[in-house]
Amino acid sequence: MEGQSVEELLAKAERDEAEKLQRITVHKELELEFDLGNLLASDRNPPTVLRHAGPTQEAELRTLARDNTQLLINQLWQLPTERVEETVVARLPEPTTRLPREKPVPRPRPLTRWQQFARLKGIRPKKKTNLVWDEVSGQWRRRWGYQRARDDTKEWLIEVPGNADPMEDQFAKRIQAKKERVAKNELNRLRNLARAHKMQLPSAAGMHPTGHQSKEELGRAMQVAKVSTASVGRFQERLPKEKAPRGSGKKRKFQPLFGDFAAEKKSQLEMLRVMNSKKPRLDVTRATNKQMREEDQEEAAKKRKMSQKGKRKGGRQGPGGKRKGGPPSQGGKRKGGLGSKVNSGPPGLGGKRKGGQHQGGKRRK
Amino acid sequence: MRPLTEEETRVMFEKIAKYIGENLQLLVDRPDGTYCFRLHNDRVYYVSEKILKLAANISGDKLMSLGTCFGKFTKTHKFRLHITALDYLAPYAKGFGVAAKSTQDCRKVDPMAIVVFHQADIGEYVRHEETLT
Repeated sequence: MEGQSVEELLAKAERDEAEKLQRITVHKELELEFDLGNLLASDRNPPTVLRHAGPTQEAELRTLARDNTQLLINQLWQLPTERVEETVVARLPEPTTRLPREKPVPRPRPLTRWQQFARLKGIRPKKKTNLVWDEVSGQWRRRWGYQRARDDTKEWLIEVPGNADPMEDQFAKRIQAKKERVAKNELNRLRNLARAHKMQLPSAAGMHPTGHQSKEELGRAMQVAKVSTASVGRFQERLPKEKAPRGSGKKRKFQPLFGDFAAEKKSQLEMLRVMNSKKPRLDVTRATNKQMREEDQEEAAKKRKMSQKGKRKGGRQGPGGKRKGGPPSQGGKRKGGLGSKVNSGPPGLGGKRKGGQHQGGKRRK
Repeated sequence: MRPLTEEETRVMFEKIAKYIGENLQLLVDRPDGTYCFRLHNDRVYYVSEKILKLAANISGDKLMSLGTCFGKFTKTHKFRLHITALDYLAPYAKGFGVAAKSTQDCRKVDPMAIVVFHQADIGEYVRHEETLT
C-alpha cells in the first residue's frame, strides 16, 4: 500500500515535471530571431493558425502568443545578470534593429550670402590655427572671442591720428566701432535665417525720419513708436482728439470645431435648464455689491442725522442738498440686478420726508 | 466655421424657446444622432456630426452651407430665425400665433374681438386644404 502510494507520488511528481518542461520548452520548426536590445522576437514560421477561413480562433492565437513569449523569456534568462540595489537585473545587449526616422529628412537650406559669394568666386575656407601667439601678454591666445590675441578695444595707449579731432575719444570710438560690427553681423545672421525660413524680417524701413515721408508712413511710424515702450504702449496718452486704434485687442479664441460633442451637449442642456427655471438667478456679485452700497448709504444717512441734530437752525440747505443725491442713486441701483431685496426700502433712513422721497424714487422707475 | 460662443448660444436659445419652449432640449439632445449648431459666415447651421465631419474638409471660403440653416446673427448680434428652421420647429411648436392684445386686455375684451394673429405663408392654404374648408 505505502509502496504503491510512494510510487504514485513519484509518478505524479514526474508527470508534473514533464508538464512543466513541456510548458517551458516550445518546439518550432524555424528558430525565432531575437533582438534582445529591443525585447523583440520575430517568428518566421508560416502561421497555420491564421489560414483558417472565417473568424480568427482566439484560443489558437493566444497559444501562439504564449509560446513565442516563452521563447523570448527563455532567451532573456540566458543573459548575464548583475545586482543593482538589491535587485537582480539582466543587462540587455545593443539593439540590432534599425528604427525608422521619426521626422522627415531636413530639407537643404538656402546658402547664406557669404556662401553664395564664396562659391561664385571660388573661395575655399583656409585652414587656420585655433591659437595665436600674443606678444603683448606673452601667451597663446585664441584667434577671436573672449580674451583674444589682438583686441584693439583693450589697448591702454592709442595715438591720436594726425587728421582726427583732438577732442575725440579714441577709446570710445573703437568700442563703438566694435559694437557696430557686432550689430551688423547679427543683422546679417538674422537675414540669412529669415531667408532660410522664407520669413520676413521686421524691418524698420519707414521709421527713420527723413523729412520726405508720406502721411501713411508717418502714421505707421507713430504707431510703432507708441507700442515700443516697456509696457507695450499701455500707458501712452493720446492727443485730445485722437481716436483709439482699431483692432488692438486680443484675438478671440473659439472652441475647436469638433471638440467634445458630449461636453457641448451637456453645457447647452445646462444653459437651457437655467433658462427654463422660473425663478430669477441670484447673481452673487451683484447682490453683495448692492448690500454693501446699502450699508454705506445707511452710514451716510446716520452721519447726516447727527449733523442735522447738531445744526438744526441753519441746516436747511444741507439735508435738502443731500436729498437730491438720494433718490437718483436709489433709482439707478434698483435697475441693476434682482438680488434678494426687491421691495424693502433701505431701513433706518429715518424721517417720513426721506421715506417719501425714496418711495417716490422707486415709483418713478 | 466655428461653434457658437456662450453668449451666442444663449441669444439663439432664447429666440427659439419663444416658439418651442422646453422642447428645445429635444433638438439639442436627440436620440437618433448627435446634432450640433455651427456658425459659418454669421449664419447658424443645425448639422449632424457625420455631415459636419464631411464639411470640415471643404475650405471656409468655398463652403456655402451645411445641414439646415436655422437663422443668422445680424451685425448687432441679434438672432434672426429663418423659414428654413420651420421643419425642425414645427413638431415642437407651442402655440400657433402672435398675441394681438396683451394679457390684461384679453380678459376685458368682448367675445368677438381678435386675440391671436396666426401668421402663415401662402403655402398654408395648400398644406391644410382639408381643414380650412
